[in-house]
Amino acid sequence: MSVLVIAEHNNLTLNPVTGSVISAAGLIDSEVHVLVAGTGCQAVAAAAAQYQGVTKVLLADNPVYEHQLPETLTGLLLAISDDYAAILAAASTGGKNLLPRVAALLDVAQISDIVDVHSANTFVRPIYAGNALATVESSDAIKIITVRTSAFDEVEKGEASALIEPLDQVITQHKSQFVSENLSTSERPELAGAAIVVSGGRGLGSAENFHLLEKLADKLGAAVGASRAAVDAGYVGNDLQVGQTGKIVAPDLYIAVGISGAIQHLAGMKDSKVIVAINNDADAPIFQVADYGLVADLFQVLPELEALL
Amino acid sequence: MKILVPIKRVVDANIKVRVAADNTGVDLNNVKMSMNPFCEIAVEEAVRLKEQGIATEVIAVTIGEDKAQEQLRTAMALGADRSIWIEKSGVVEPLAIAKLLQAVVEKEAPDLVILGKQSIDGDNNQVGQMLAALCDMPQGTFAFKLVIQDGRAIVSREVDGGEQVVSLALPAIVTTDLRLNEPRYAKLPDIMKAKKKPVEHMTPETLGVTVKSSLKTLSVDEPKGRSAGVMVGSAGELVEKLRHEAKVLP
Repeated sequence: MSVLVIAEHNNLTLNPVTGSVISAAGLIDSEVHVLVAGTGCQAVAAAAAQYQGVTKVLLADNPVYEHQLPETLTGLLLAISDDYAAILAAASTGGKNLLPRVAALLDVAQISDIVDVHSANTFVRPIYAGNALATVESSDAIKIITVRTSAFDEVEKGEASALIEPLDQVITQHKSQFVSENLSTSERPELAGAAIVVSGGRGLGSAENFHLLEKLADKLGAAVGASRAAVDAGYVGNDLQVGQTGKIVAPDLYIAVGISGAIQHLAGMKDSKVIVAINNDADAPIFQVADYGLVADLFQVLPELEALL
Repeated sequence: MKILVPIKRVVDANIKVRVAADNTGVDLNNVKMSMNPFCEIAVEEAVRLKEQGIATEVIAVTIGEDKAQEQLRTAMALGADRSIWIEKSGVVEPLAIAKLLQAVVEKEAPDLVILGKQSIDGDNNQVGQMLAALCDMPQGTFAFKLVIQDGRAIVSREVDGGEQVVSLALPAIVTTDLRLNEPRYAKLPDIMKAKKKPVEHMTPETLGVTVKSSLKTLSVDEPKGRSAGVMVGSAGELVEKLRHEAKVLP
């Protein structure tokens, strides 16, 4: 029986995390379908159809799906769930918002944030801020799963294109309404998929000083992240927070600047390939996980680094 | 307006847990337990709505063993009016928690349910959404701002890449994110007063809910550890190492 992946998109472009979810889905079953629900999102469906391993794209293109509200999408998923052995989405704010609703109405468990697939019914997921990894076996007829996308490589795009099949179900509800959104329009890469992440903590001292970090990030083509302390202090928005309850990243290079390294922050970045820590406190816990540590005044080091790169 | 606040007793956020030697779970012996931090934010938000005259009653509810009542007392010291303790030992999966809470929602008929977005033990991030689905209510997850206006909840949400605002018909479910508020500390007189506030005892049986489980934990393992690397002396040395040793820079 096939498995269904819910595409992550903004009606215009397909978010590459979808390719990582397809990768995880392919480990459950070789027949992978992708659901694109939105409005005016044909280009997204066409992009999803190019991923290797995708055999069909379901396109629900209707204004009712414009903001992908979970109250609406749940009805759509319930209408098609009978055909699938598993439904997967990224463990993004979108996937987390939607899938537990679907699981509850199907009367099955959700398996959150998987980092490995052992078999069609056995999965590995982090618990306790990633301080433990649980291997869980599901006895449910349909598996509802969110995927930690940093743990799976994006599948490649092929020459062939999967069939795109329109869905004509129109789900309406009036209990929840979209009011507005305010999305950052940064030229920098997204945190979730960036090869290099430069993160700042309370050591930066102010929102103005965060610009020093941003200059370094731009030199490296890196995404900018932050610790919870920096978010709490109001230096940057919460959408940049890396940690247990923020973004989970695993870039090739993670540079932590002025971050002490609380358990909750380490949970969000300790799977990075190379970790660099720059902090003026030699006892900061961040040095215990760093491949390269530099005890120094970050205000001196940041301009030096920028000049060297 | 009545607000229900489900809370959870968890390992204190400052404790780094260890995997148990037999790999069946984590070692919780003699570990400090507290109210889940996101649940504290939920209690605080409900109490603030009561202080603003918007809510009339705040009810805390928890599911757990005998000791979970400690966290109900904390919630009442912070301002909840009364509590419900659903006695159930062992791990209860999110769907079962949602079903138990659904039974409480049907009994109490709250206008708003405020929960933490996730508990820091299981890290599931499911219960609020599941409860909303079971009760056929709209949901405002990951809230950083909540306004009650004209019989609706206007919820500003943390989403990937920014913020989103939704308007929900009441009754509704809201789950809390970090920026929603900064919870207060309980004052000694309030802690004393909380001891006299009522705690209603219930069980899955009295609520008519069968607690099922469809997930079996086969093992719990220590993640691959990272060890400390090398210290460098200067920015120049760092760039040199990143280029030629780690090869992560061109």
